[in-house]
Amino acid sequence: MNTPLLQQVLDRTTPVDDSPASHLEVNFGLLDEYSKREIRRAILTAVAVPGYQVPFGSREMPVARGWGSGGLQISLAIVGPYDVVKVIDQGDDEGVNAVNLRRLIVSSTGIPESTTPEDSTLIQTRHRIPEDPLDERHTLVLQVPVPEPLRGVERDMRELARMHAEADYARMWVSLYEDKVRNGVITRTTGYPCLVNGRYVIATTPIPRWDVPRLHRSRFLALFGAGREKRIYAVPPHTDVEPLTFEDVPFEVEVTPGASCRTCSSTESFLVEIPGATAGDGGHWVCSDSDWCRRNRERLQHPSRGDRS
Amino acid sequence: MTTDWALRVSSLGKIHGSADLRALEDTGPDIGTAKSAITGSIVAAWDVGFEVSPGEALGVIGESGSGKSTVMRCIAGDQPSTSGEVHLRTVDDGRTNVLELDPSARRRLRISDLAVVYQDPAEGLRLNVTAGGNIAEALTAAGWRHFGRIRDRAAELLERTEVPHSRMDDLVGTFSGGMRQRVQLAKALANEPPVLLLDEPTTGLDASVAAGVLDLIRNLLEETGVAAVVVSHDFAVIEMLTTRCVVMNHGRIVEAGLTDRLLEDPHHPYSQRLVGAARA
Repeated sequence: MNTPLLQQVLDRTTPVDDSPASHLEVNFGLLDEYSKREIRRAILTAVAVPGYQVPFGSREMPVARGWGSGGLQISLAIVGPYDVVKVIDQGDDEGVNAVNLRRLIVSSTGIPESTTPEDSTLIQTRHRIPEDPLDERHTLVLQVPVPEPLRGVERDMRELARMHAEADYARMWVSLYEDKVRNGVITRTTGYPCLVNGRYVIATTPIPRWDVPRLHRSRFLALFGAGREKRIYAVPPHTDVEPLTFEDVPFEVEVTPGASCRTCSSTESFLVEIPGATAGDGGHWVCSDSDWCRRNRERLQHPSRGDRS
Repeated sequence: MTTDWALRVSSLGKIHGSADLRALEDTGPDIGTAKSAITGSIVAAWDVGFEVSPGEALGVIGESGSGKSTVMRCIAGDQPSTSGEVHLRTVDDGRTNVLELDPSARRRLRISDLAVVYQDPAEGLRLNVTAGGNIAEALTAAGWRHFGRIRDRAAELLERTEVPHSRMDDLVGTFSGGMRQRVQLAKALANEPPVLLLDEPTTGLDASVAAGVLDLIRNLLEETGVAAVVVSHDFAVIEMLTTRCVVMNHGRIVEAGLTDRLLEDPHHPYSQRLVGAARA
């Protein structure tokens, strides 16, 4: 962490000028201002046309494409000196990827970090939306591996563009129909296709179905960045996000009857299964959102304290 | 002429290559070629016109390369035409030339105004999707969102086209040629289109299967009251399905009339050859 380059960043000696001496210095938020402007323009288009995938010039980042580079570029393009950043990977603030991305954002901006949504303004995430209700103060940045919801039914890019342009989603419906016929239920779990603002179908990234209803008419801005696929799309606040489902086949979120978090006993959060270490051990369930789980545990142990929500 | 047509085609033309109209001077049945020596372009179809009423089936007959499939594809919107007009009764009560609609509006016609059955089922169906799923595609495109009703409707259509119910959830790619063609018919009829175009619907099927599919098509045409255009090189198909037909040769219509009359007493030398060959 103490390379001269990052030290300069931490020292906040990052003037923007063209003098030869400044060529080694890093701008606030790592990206140069021209790159930020290009990404911000893509974001503005994405917000103006909810659900539409805006192409952008995805840059080489200090993380490999497919490892959150899209989300990272959005975060670095919109981060400001008064932001507080939270980064989660599968709901966990301490995941290796989350830690690295958070360090990068913090070290290149000097802004504070937090694990609590309440204290954060910019939340970058892979696979989850925090359990806590988010509001106007929050911008949620989601890392997207495959932004194209129709990729499974069509490979031709021109045909995909036409299908989106004409809102021709019949084949998406056919894939849901086939799923239901073959399996009796709609089995698609993560990245469930949703109709945004009654117009575009989006892939809800790999967030579980559990989180999908929380995008619907949300109070926060959700930005989706796919670095490898070079696409940005958005769900602005108070926008309809309707999971595609048949009238007689209600959309359901994941529930495992009888399962509860081993550490906080919660039955009302999104749980993930931890397999047992040995063959005889049946494994157990824990909250996916580790920060929420920690606070939930504290709240149960000390009912008088720490109950902020 | 009746005025209750469901489909009206007038002066339809398609030239591949330079649109220079001098190509019309040295092409056509009288010259004996569709390729112009002057401009180098190919006049695949020119000045083709006909009307089809509800419940009526019109035949378009001619040898390979005579332009009959081009005409069908221009009407269907699979190919842009060079000139002409196509009117559908269901579109703006027949006042709009659908050839002038933008491509997206044109494609929307295929949902419930106009259906096509292709010679090759792979063109009209998705082989990696089940028979029911293929019909579901047509229904969901038309706004159906109720799984149970989609299932019921698909089952009903497949029953009508004599596809065994037990095969409804099998991939179309596993079906025989005749069965695929029945599924294609079911899909084409899913949204009860007023106009149906059939391009060589039984070519490529063996004789007994073809006879079965032909029987089915004839019954469906009678039951549904759809206005049909049947494109075929086979007089037996035209005779069985249509009451009127036009004969095409080198991109032009050389003769038009009642199918019975045309078979009994063809006037144009080309029609005579065609009928003679069929009767031999």
